[in-house]
Amino acid sequence: MLDDFFVRALLVAAGVGCVAGPLGCFLLWRRMAYFGDTMAHSALLGVALGMVLGSSPVLGVFTIVIVTALSLLFLQRAVHLASDTLLGLLSHTALALGVVVLAISGSANGHSLLGYLFGDVLAVTRMDLAMVWVGGLICLAVLAYIWRPLVALTVHEDLARAEGSPVERCQIIYMILMAGAVAAGMKVVGVLLVVAMLIIPAAAAQSLSRTPEQMAVLAAIIGIISGGGGLYGSLVLDTPSGPSIVVMAGILFLISLLIQPISRALESA
Amino acid sequence: MGRVRLIEARGIRIRRKGRLLLHGVDIHVDRGEVVTLIGPNGAGKTTLVRVLLGLLAPDNGHVQRESSVQVGYVPQHLHLNSTMPLSVKRMMNLTGRPPSGAVEDALDETGSLKLLEARMADLSGGELRRVLLARALLSQPDLLILDEPVQGVDYIGEADMYALIAEIVARHGCGVLMVSHDLHIVMAATDRVVCLNHHICCTGVPQEVVGHDEFQRLFGTRAGVVTALYQHSHDHVHDPASVVQPACDEDAFPRMRSVEEVKDAG
Repeated sequence: MLDDFFVRALLVAAGVGCVAGPLGCFLLWRRMAYFGDTMAHSALLGVALGMVLGSSPVLGVFTIVIVTALSLLFLQRAVHLASDTLLGLLSHTALALGVVVLAISGSANGHSLLGYLFGDVLAVTRMDLAMVWVGGLICLAVLAYIWRPLVALTVHEDLARAEGSPVERCQIIYMILMAGAVAAGMKVVGVLLVVAMLIIPAAAAQSLSRTPEQMAVLAAIIGIISGGGGLYGSLVLDTPSGPSIVVMAGILFLISLLIQPISRALESA
Repeated sequence: MGRVRLIEARGIRIRRKGRLLLHGVDIHVDRGEVVTLIGPNGAGKTTLVRVLLGLLAPDNGHVQRESSVQVGYVPQHLHLNSTMPLSVKRMMNLTGRPPSGAVEDALDETGSLKLLEARMADLSGGELRRVLLARALLSQPDLLILDEPVQGVDYIGEADMYALIAEIVARHGCGVLMVSHDLHIVMAATDRVVCLNHHICCTGVPQEVVGHDEFQRLFGTRAGVVTALYQHSHDHVHDPASVVQPACDEDAFPRMRSVEEVKDAG
């Protein structure tokens, strides 16, 4: 069954959706969507550098994404620019630099560049599948482990610290998890759309949840449905897989907006 | 009864970005007393609170607190992001896992048990303060550190809030350090006032402090209002001692009394 490229793609897309949903909740809560976008955009530079240096692209992506996140944190303290200016600057510079380095390395023809930008999930190998699932499970386990202090510091950093939560450690671990999710999500929807996989399922889950935990679980489920449903849709309609997955997530978000008014109307009826 | 010192800071000095935020600051809180830290905006009050909580290491000086002293903290701001679905119940369980019934008891004590299932984002300013106070009580604190406990609370709610704090002190025998930038009724519910403007300007019981030169300079003629309000409120609140400060009596009291005006002084 795993020999079928479509089944492999389905499993990878669903796996990434399942991890991206809960991780994305924090991007929403901490108003860090653009921060996530910047991390994702820098991933292309990671691929390019990985190729130039002859190491694996995944390692390159992982490293560059973390370096980008760290330099953002540093620049926010050191440079007198508004946060959104800084993010826009870094995000697009990293993306452009990635395209340039990729061109210099001569390893990107038009087709594969498009694959990096919008994903090429149908091309995933068994190795990719194994990495996404093993990595994804580890990621979810770690997230579950730091969940409570991470939620606490999201509500109020000083309060969490005063009550003994390991704030710095959790922030660093969260960033590493994000880097992993970006590296995996890149294969599915590409660097330009990775942040959509993080944010849209979480946003769809928000209006339907009463606790942070509910929202995370719901975001994971919506992420899985987006990945699977979007990919299936792309097969039926013969559309690009990555963008189809994101469109599916967008549709689920619209549906989530309708659920509350409808259920309220049903209750009062 | 001997005094039990809960926390003591000596010679605290903090410099950030070339500005001296705090220097030579000594402060302490004993069990059973309510100490109010007042001072204009930007005087370093919250910075000092963060030092006392151990969140910020001072450049000089040290904070002494027995590890057995439990601290309950209520922060000044809680920028609740409405995108996080958070019920009061979940908020109470944010960092610890209190034993069953403890959450309900704590909320009940601050008169907010009815809010147990409410969404944090839907709370009014006063309700939020009460829930946060209940949270701080969960750890059975010896010392409560309240940064602006009446922030976002309306005029009438303010007096209730101070009464509640006094009640809690009486019941639990804990010490309280609270921060305020207005001089209002806060004085009535306070055993000792510490006036801060990067350094300790003056400290003492409320009646003494309001007569102090530096206090007058810092808060101007509005300082007199406080005395008026203080002595007015005094009639309603417990306080055995009748230490009347002769230095600033009748003629020092202007008539103004609105909260806004008093706040403007900051």
